[in-house]
Amino acid sequence: MRDGNGAGAPMVTEDEQAVLVRLRGLSKHFDVSPPLLSRLLEGKRRRVLKAVDGVDLDIPRGHTTALVGESGCGKSTVARVLVTLYRPTTGDLIFEGTDLGRLTERQALAPFRRRMQMIFQDPFASLNPRWRVGRIIAEPIRAHGLMDDDRAIAGRVAELLEHVGLRAGDADRFPHEFSGGQRQRISIARALASSPHFLVCDEPTSALDVSVQAQILNLLRDLQRELGLTYLVITHDLAVVRFIADTIGVMYLGRLCEVAPADTLFARPRHPYTRLLIETVPDLRAPDRDRKPMAGEVPSPLDPPTGCAFHTRCPLAAERCARDRPALRRDADGAVACHAVEEGRLPEWGR
Amino acid sequence: MSARASTTWSGRLGDALWRAWDSDLTYSFLRSPVTIVAAVVALGLIVASVAAPLIAPTDPFALATVDLMAAFTPPVWMEGGDPQFLLGTDDQGRDMLSAILYGMRISLFVGAASVVFAMTLGVGLGLLAGYAGGWIDALLMRVADVQISFPAILIALLIDGVARGILPREVHHEMALWVIIFAIGAPGWVQYARTVRGSTMVEKNREYVMAAHIMGVHPVVIALRHVLPNAMGPVLVIATIHLAIAVITEATLSFLGVGLPPTEPSLGTLIRIGNDFLFSGEWWITIFPGVALVLLVLSVNLLGDWLRDALNPKLR
Amino acid sequence: MSDPLLSVRDLRVDFPTRRGVLTAVDGVSFDIHPGEILGVVGESGAGKSQTGAAVIGLLEPPGRIAAGDIHLEGQRIDRLSQEQLRKVRGRKIGAVFQDPLTSLNPLYTIGRQLTETIRTHLPLSEAEARDRAVQVLGEVGIPSPADRLDAYPHQFSGGMRQRVVIALALCVNPRLIIADEPTTALDVSIQAQITALLKRLCREHGTAVMLITHDMGVIAETADRVAVLYGGRLAEVGPVDDVVNRPLHPYTEGLMACIPTTHERPPRLAQIEGSMPSLTAMPPGCAFHPRCPHAFDRCAAERPPLFDHPPSAAACWLWAPEGARATERAAS
Repeated sequence: MRDGNGAGAPMVTEDEQAVLVRLRGLSKHFDVSPPLLSRLLEGKRRRVLKAVDGVDLDIPRGHTTALVGESGCGKSTVARVLVTLYRPTTGDLIFEGTDLGRLTERQALAPFRRRMQMIFQDPFASLNPRWRVGRIIAEPIRAHGLMDDDRAIAGRVAELLEHVGLRAGDADRFPHEFSGGQRQRISIARALASSPHFLVCDEPTSALDVSVQAQILNLLRDLQRELGLTYLVITHDLAVVRFIADTIGVMYLGRLCEVAPADTLFARPRHPYTRLLIETVPDLRAPDRDRKPMAGEVPSPLDPPTGCAFHTRCPLAAERCARDRPALRRDADGAVACHAVEEGRLPEWGR
Repeated sequence: MSARASTTWSGRLGDALWRAWDSDLTYSFLRSPVTIVAAVVALGLIVASVAAPLIAPTDPFALATVDLMAAFTPPVWMEGGDPQFLLGTDDQGRDMLSAILYGMRISLFVGAASVVFAMTLGVGLGLLAGYAGGWIDALLMRVADVQISFPAILIALLIDGVARGILPREVHHEMALWVIIFAIGAPGWVQYARTVRGSTMVEKNREYVMAAHIMGVHPVVIALRHVLPNAMGPVLVIATIHLAIAVITEATLSFLGVGLPPTEPSLGTLIRIGNDFLFSGEWWITIFPGVALVLLVLSVNLLGDWLRDALNPKLR
Repeated sequence: MSDPLLSVRDLRVDFPTRRGVLTAVDGVSFDIHPGEILGVVGESGAGKSQTGAAVIGLLEPPGRIAAGDIHLEGQRIDRLSQEQLRKVRGRKIGAVFQDPLTSLNPLYTIGRQLTETIRTHLPLSEAEARDRAVQVLGEVGIPSPADRLDAYPHQFSGGMRQRVVIALALCVNPRLIIADEPTTALDVSIQAQITALLKRLCREHGTAVMLITHDMGVIAETADRVAVLYGGRLAEVGPVDDVVNRPLHPYTEGLMACIPTTHERPPRLAQIEGSMPSLTAMPPGCAFHPRCPHAFDRCAAERPPLFDHPPSAAACWLWAPEGARATERAAS
């Protein structure tokens, strides 16, 4: 494996050694206004979707950080900003000491892009159907100019295929000849081709059957141990998070409501939304056949509630919650953005 | 760009041929007798017209072989027919069969060339609009909206008229073929552009395209290598149906007398010339080119219809 | 026990294709009793949706029922004409699918869709049908139902839409509801609301539910009994607690073991090697034997029938009367 951290690498402090990615006040807003003509003629107003609204998060090197939340909470947008698919609207995206949000040139981003890759949810859409597997896996190698000899590339592709549990000869086949789980392995092989440090996995197993999910989750964990990879896993599935994550961030309507080490989060969840999530997930081993589900639905991210975004569904909501937006406060157990926690109004957690 | 050098080219060709034979397309083709007939007719007509110089009994453009004395010979099975002229002759004594073969050759060339022109322009602009988005997309699509509100034949007439107006007579005569190709092809881009724009917008949000972006592959390379090949499916269907329309448009222009000069008679020109003699009893001069035109357009259209249904996963 | 409401015997569903006949469901038998929720689980391609579609007579062509029979309240329904079947489907069987949008007509108000359904099957006047519609919408938890009658499907959120679909399935008081992945498209907090709703309605009206899903967690919390399908065949059927905690079939065993839970963090998940065979390449004998850690000669040669081991039953040679596990259990 080569390391591209050559000349010009910034001096790093000890803290930056431990933290691979640092997000500070990261926001991503999308302009979803109606077309100009409708705005002029029908008097419709500009609308801004705050998909991510001020997220602070540190992703430690060599560990797995997970973001969980329901649809529309902005977790996938965070992932896409991280891998430079989207440019942040405001805030800092610091990867290995460099603020990528300020790099405007494609060439300037290239060395960083080599060190980060992404694994997608849909194994049927993430591989170009017209390309052979060998060409798909070789794409990052060629894109970054890591090798130019065809035979060397073929050798590397064969090695990658075997590394993810496929056969070297599979390079000559087309994606449609593989099952969903095998395609996800191909996707992982492609992600590893440029020897990245950082893998963003966006719902890596949501489209897979449970028996295949177990295979892929085990593979991701093995690869992390062997290659010292850092993961950011985006998922809505708390059981997957429990298995794979070291640190968990819970998102609701574009904001982080709680960040904590995985064991702490499941043992003593503090944010009422975290509690709601953990309570509502059906569990095979301890089924709650008389559960009383929490009422209400996630409000539209186009028109989020004032103050704490969760106050409309929160059993602990007070008048202040509708008015002031709670800040993410750090303490020994992690970080929580909740007035009730701050004011000590939180009831004991008993599950 | 092959990733592996281990398999031979002949092996790959064999693979590709087997896949083509084993495909759903072949299956649906073999199950549709109408399509098979249409394909045989279309292929026959196309081969015959391409090979016209080899198979036509005479060269209708070679003045030396044309015998004015043989003018108005009826088809061979009628009284006064001459086995030398299977489908009879026209007012100048040209063999109708040869004239039709050569005429179809010109019609098909003009049709195919305008399709290629419209397709190149439309696919390029559609890819640009769909991939770039924003104001480029808005601008191109508004132009398309405006253009589509004029009948294609009107635009073709306009272009032809302007060309006649601004080009000197001799130059126009020389360029007539290309002017017609441009006039017929130019209005056709809209359909290609809209289709390709639509499928481009679908493909560009697919995860394999995102993966290429994350790798830092240049956007132009992504558009050409990833998006375009996957957005081309419907284009084939449009091109086939467009070929039939282009042939008809050319015939209409030539029938109106604004198309190709009579020295390069297409099917439309033949029909126009023959039209003058329809009522004096020499019907074959206009009917046979007409039949050839109908057969050509119908068979190509049927192929296009089949292709559209066969490639549409919803109807399968 | 009472007579079963729905009884399916040796059901086979075939899909003739140009590459030969694919058997999507192969010899599946099960009963559903009144008021019971039967979970049908399996991975994609296991035949669970095709089983449900066969019962309601909504198999997509060229799929067809090739063998077996289906009885609803003692009446055989797999041989009915389209017209007769439509009446049964509307009156006695309701359906809830994964995507609520496909079950609702976007051009009609939900009130119109409900009253039309009600009046097709029940002898009620327009006003009575409207009252009934309001009542059903209230039952499924739509707030201020009388005001929402004139709303269109797109004016509801995903979770609310699924409630409307359930109202549509329930409005004529059917005996059986077939729910195919009813919560898969929904967020977890909404998922819990919908499953709780299904359970409550089932209890209150005595409606039976055939709950088809890939999510064992949902099954564990909702179903009374569960049928596990593998490769179009029934692998195991039994009470949900037994199937989850004391599985008989090695496939069920593997499946339960590889599902992660929020309660513990093992260093590795148990995994079943390989993947389910495709319908075009079904192995001989037991469909699971190439992946089965306990497979022996007989498994590759002969297809196991369903062996009864009350309260469950499994199609596995280990559980044949002379099989290793059956004798082991008898001894203990």
